[in-house]
Amino acid sequence: MLSEVNRLLFDAVLFSSVVACVVYLLFFFSQKEEIRKIARMILVMSGLLQTLYIFSRYMIAGHTPITSQHEAVVFFAWSVTWAYLSFHWRYSVKNFGTFVSVFLLVMMCIAASVSRDFHPLPPALQSIWLPIHAGVAVLAYGFLALAFCGALMYLLQEWELKSKRLGFFFSRLPSLGALDQLNNHCLAAGFAFLTLGIITGSIWARQAWGTYWHWDPKETWSLITWFLYAAQIHQRFTLGWRGKRAALMSIVGFCSVLFTMWGVTYVLGGIHSYAQ
Amino acid sequence: MCLGGYIVMPNETLLLLGVNHKNTPLEVREKLALNSGYEAPLQALGKIDGLREFYLLSTCNRVEILVLAADGEDVEKTLASFLFADSLPPEQYEQFLYCYRNEQAVHHLFMVATSLDSMVVGESQILGQLKEAYRWASAEKSTGPILNKLLHKSFSVAKRVRSETRIGSSAVSISYAAIELAKKIFGSLENKRVLLIGAGEMAELAAEHLVGNGAKNVVVANRTLERALDLAKRYNGRAVGLDEILEQLEHVDIIISSTGSPGIVLHKKEVKPLMRNRRNKPLFFIDIAVPRDLEPALNDLENVYLYDIDDLSNVVELNREEREKEAIKACRIVDEEALKFKDWLEGLFITPTIAALRAKGDKIRQMELERTLPRLKNVTGKERESIEKMASAIVSKLLHDPVLFLKRESCKDQSEMKVSLFRSVFDLEEKQ
Repeated sequence: MLSEVNRLLFDAVLFSSVVACVVYLLFFFSQKEEIRKIARMILVMSGLLQTLYIFSRYMIAGHTPITSQHEAVVFFAWSVTWAYLSFHWRYSVKNFGTFVSVFLLVMMCIAASVSRDFHPLPPALQSIWLPIHAGVAVLAYGFLALAFCGALMYLLQEWELKSKRLGFFFSRLPSLGALDQLNNHCLAAGFAFLTLGIITGSIWARQAWGTYWHWDPKETWSLITWFLYAAQIHQRFTLGWRGKRAALMSIVGFCSVLFTMWGVTYVLGGIHSYAQ
Repeated sequence: MCLGGYIVMPNETLLLLGVNHKNTPLEVREKLALNSGYEAPLQALGKIDGLREFYLLSTCNRVEILVLAADGEDVEKTLASFLFADSLPPEQYEQFLYCYRNEQAVHHLFMVATSLDSMVVGESQILGQLKEAYRWASAEKSTGPILNKLLHKSFSVAKRVRSETRIGSSAVSISYAAIELAKKIFGSLENKRVLLIGAGEMAELAAEHLVGNGAKNVVVANRTLERALDLAKRYNGRAVGLDEILEQLEHVDIIISSTGSPGIVLHKKEVKPLMRNRRNKPLFFIDIAVPRDLEPALNDLENVYLYDIDDLSNVVELNREEREKEAIKACRIVDEEALKFKDWLEGLFITPTIAALRAKGDKIRQMELERTLPRLKNVTGKERESIEKMASAIVSKLLHDPVLFLKRESCKDQSEMKVSLFRSVFDLEEKQ
């Protein structure tokens, strides 16, 4: 029964993200305020459905559902959705939602295409630190994903302004100033969570395996990612790196995030690997 | 023919020659721009043979000469070579040049005055520039009754368009386009600092809009400090010398350059090292000068955006659609006024003919009376008066229909032919 509900819930999540993306794209083309409101409502609903879905998986598995590839991606999408919605609550960036909804749809498609089986949790991972560490890390990825979307928008807008071909995107994209600020804020939040993720991870590692740091591939790549973002934030503070360079760095950093999430699992393996 | 003592030959033409932003690239226009002001070129024009009246308009988007001259290809060629001087050979400049005659010239002038021919339809600077050009021409005494009337008419047509349509209402101008861009770069203009290099009218208008949108600090750098101080005072800003520009660039965000300098004022290699001190905060350069003040390569620097006057026209394209409707309305007004002026011009051909005809009739009446009256005997004063009345009644009744024929609307477009036929029928030629 519960697994049936679980299956239906994922279909609903997938469907709602398709609809949200389509309506956001409609808004992008038409720029009608009413459509934006509808799109936002659908996105909130999708966020709620994602929460329900994760909760239902928790009920079935009996632990925080972040141990398989599928679960990690859904969790990732969930954190992007809520990071965006919470961000939007503070201040809005023109047409940001469209880019985020496309990103979310891609995530959901990936989640739909991999195995949705449940995996028993190895004893080493059965700890209160699982939800804390994984939650914090995934939240960090959520904000970094937003910075990535903002960086893409920045590059697009900057290209239009520089080449003086002020076409379709010029009026639809926000100002460079707003995008740069968005990048800055998302990076600050994302970096803080990333740091916390690494700290909680090493505390948990000490508990589970006896040492703080293993040089496990995932740990190593998390550290590389952390250094990439740290370098960018440092440069912004000292030299005032901003604009195009900051946007490019956000994209590079996010590629490292993606590699840490998937690349490491498939290419390098290690104790973090799930869904073998 | 007479017009208050002024003679207009039927073989004289209104001729308008020029180049504008629509068909002439900035590089070519730069070479024509009259940096020295109006005085010298007007005097040079005065030395050309066959120009009865002339006037000259030079703005950063156009250079136009309007003359009243004797017919013939020669005048056109002379004026074209005057306009381009030695900058281009005739084979090359022919593609840029436009040339209008009579009613087309009138129509074009009205289009210019109403800003319908401007880069930014609805902008109001052009009227001021037109008036200034006219002031110079009349100071040089190069305009006469025809151009005086025509130019004054163009001012009133511009006013009429402004009051009857809304093309001017939504802050439409180059500066408006610049502000749209600035907003896309900075987000908000709140507390942004503006530097004006050169204190022309255009720069002034742009600065006004920027301050209206929240820009805080206006610094004016100008060759003559007096003018800079003048302008700076209006925006509670500061005036600096031209040599302090680089220093100022560390603190300002938006730069509007409009000096009359013939060369580049600011180079890429001068700005590049400044970006570090600015902590890479974006710089937005607007170059509205012709010839250009700012090196185009500035745009290649990171976080630096440079737009010159041609680039701005692309931005303007964005909201052209909305204004197109109003522009159509305005065009109709221009068409109507141009037609009215054409009628007036043609009236100039007809009026002296009518006067000459009446004079001839009067002369015949006078002559016949003088010959007849002495021959009559025993004529009382009253009878003499009746005879005189009868003579003038015959003359005026006889001339009534021919005059009506001349004034008739139906064949106005052939009026020149009509007038000359009329003149030979009544043998008026030698009476001019």
